[in-house]
Amino acid sequence: MRDIAVVSFAQSDHVRRVDDRNEVEMIMPVVAEALSGAGMTMDDIGFTCSGSTDYLAGQAFSFVMTLDGVGPWPPIQESHVEMDGAWALYEAWVKLQLGEIDAALVYCYAKSSPGDLPMVLTRQLDPYVVGPLWPDAVSLAALQARALLDGGSVTEADMAEVAARSRSAALDNPHAHLRWDRPAALLLDEPYLVAPLRRHDCPPISDGVAAMVLAGDDVARAHAERPAWIRGIDHRIEPMALGVRDLTTSASTRRAADHAGAHDGTIEVAELHAPFTHQELILREALDLDDSVVVNPSGGPLAANPMMTAGLIRIGEVATRIHGGQHARGLAHATSGPCLQQNLVCVLEGDDR
Amino acid sequence: MADLVLPTSIAGLEPVRSVRTPAHLDYTFSAGEATSRFLRGIAERRILGERCPVCTKVYVPPRGACPTDGVPTVEQVELPHVGTVTSFCVVNVAFYGSAMDLPYVSALILLDQSSLPIMHLIQEMPADEVRIGMRVEAVWVADDQLGPTLESIRWFRPTGEPDVDVDMPGEDVGTGLGSWPELTADPGS
Repeated sequence: MRDIAVVSFAQSDHVRRVDDRNEVEMIMPVVAEALSGAGMTMDDIGFTCSGSTDYLAGQAFSFVMTLDGVGPWPPIQESHVEMDGAWALYEAWVKLQLGEIDAALVYCYAKSSPGDLPMVLTRQLDPYVVGPLWPDAVSLAALQARALLDGGSVTEADMAEVAARSRSAALDNPHAHLRWDRPAALLLDEPYLVAPLRRHDCPPISDGVAAMVLAGDDVARAHAERPAWIRGIDHRIEPMALGVRDLTTSASTRRAADHAGAHDGTIEVAELHAPFTHQELILREALDLDDSVVVNPSGGPLAANPMMTAGLIRIGEVATRIHGGQHARGLAHATSGPCLQQNLVCVLEGDDR
Repeated sequence: MADLVLPTSIAGLEPVRSVRTPAHLDYTFSAGEATSRFLRGIAERRILGERCPVCTKVYVPPRGACPTDGVPTVEQVELPHVGTVTSFCVVNVAFYGSAMDLPYVSALILLDQSSLPIMHLIQEMPADEVRIGMRVEAVWVADDQLGPTLESIRWFRPTGEPDVDVDMPGEDVGTGLGSWPELTADPGS
């Protein structure tokens, strides 16, 4: 296996609604920041991969138009995933492993504000049995939370702790959308939004963009003072039918972590793509994370939740902490689909200091 | 299709061979800064393109980025309402939503001082006389019908100026799309 690293990462500020700029206008400054952070131009990039979904924009082939933001003429080598940017990173990582290119650009974006996101997300459900019922994304998450609470291993107070910790961690994150400092105990006085979920258990709906440059071997060493090496990456998926899954655990996350070698060393920091509070508790268990691990120091998706982007941001947040020397080894997780359907685990390490 | 074998408990029921699940979602589209400037201009009978600071190409309608250089197009350029037909299609088939009488001509029109053609209609001449290189001008709707839409231009009509040569798109970068002189060669020579 070739050594491949995250050499730079950039993200926009995430907000509820960007209505003055279109997607291309949102992407350009962030891509430019990621490239300049790596000391590169598009001429140095051998492969470009993006993650987004046309269902957010309500426009067919919207991702082709956003390519204008990277200057794809004369033609460049590029690809797109109708998924979170973390899976675009996976495709770029495979391309780099093939050895034909030395650097790749990954970007992803979401403008969820044009539509009704919980309803838009029903379109990812199976179109025969579940999709026609239009169960919104919050209701499906509530179903999962109810199953978890009924199992007795977690309580609503545990969920409130996750909410309070995430929003107060976000006070230090200038890109975050939702930040506040309130004790968890007070949160339980709030009414249910969709029982057993309260408003604080749910992520904000955010518009935002992220971009990342990956490079292999010496190119990575030349373009980053302290590259964040991808030591392992794997993704696994649960069955499509919600009814055949045990929603209270995440077997796919556990398996992805094993294949990515997550436990071959100490995990100092973990960024988990858990849009709902109870999902962080499921992921902590699946990843065997104890209290010594710093979880979601950025605030996580509970503080900023641009669709198709919040997963890549998890990898970017861990990489940034390795670039800066705060941590030597960390784990990033990304998810896609209802109730943690598909899960990716990426293990990042810095060189010894 | 193979016959479906049902469990005995529902053997008496009619098999489901297909389901129809209509979907409807509403979106609020935002055009973006550059296209919004263009649309506001159109509502005032002005055609505003934007110039790339790197390659100097002028895009209309602008979408905010130069697809060659991946940078914002920051300089606004007000364009004349005349241009040249670079390609066209005579439409002989009616389709749902079409408001035009048949046959009509849909054309790519390169406005003077711009670098990429817009698509619009050619009217006020027989469809079979439309040709590449023909000079055309915009015909606007009445003042009280102007709005932030390309439909504020009803169509284009010939100016009567002599035809001009047209570069085939992509020719200069070798896309293999063909060469213009070959296509215009006199069939008799």
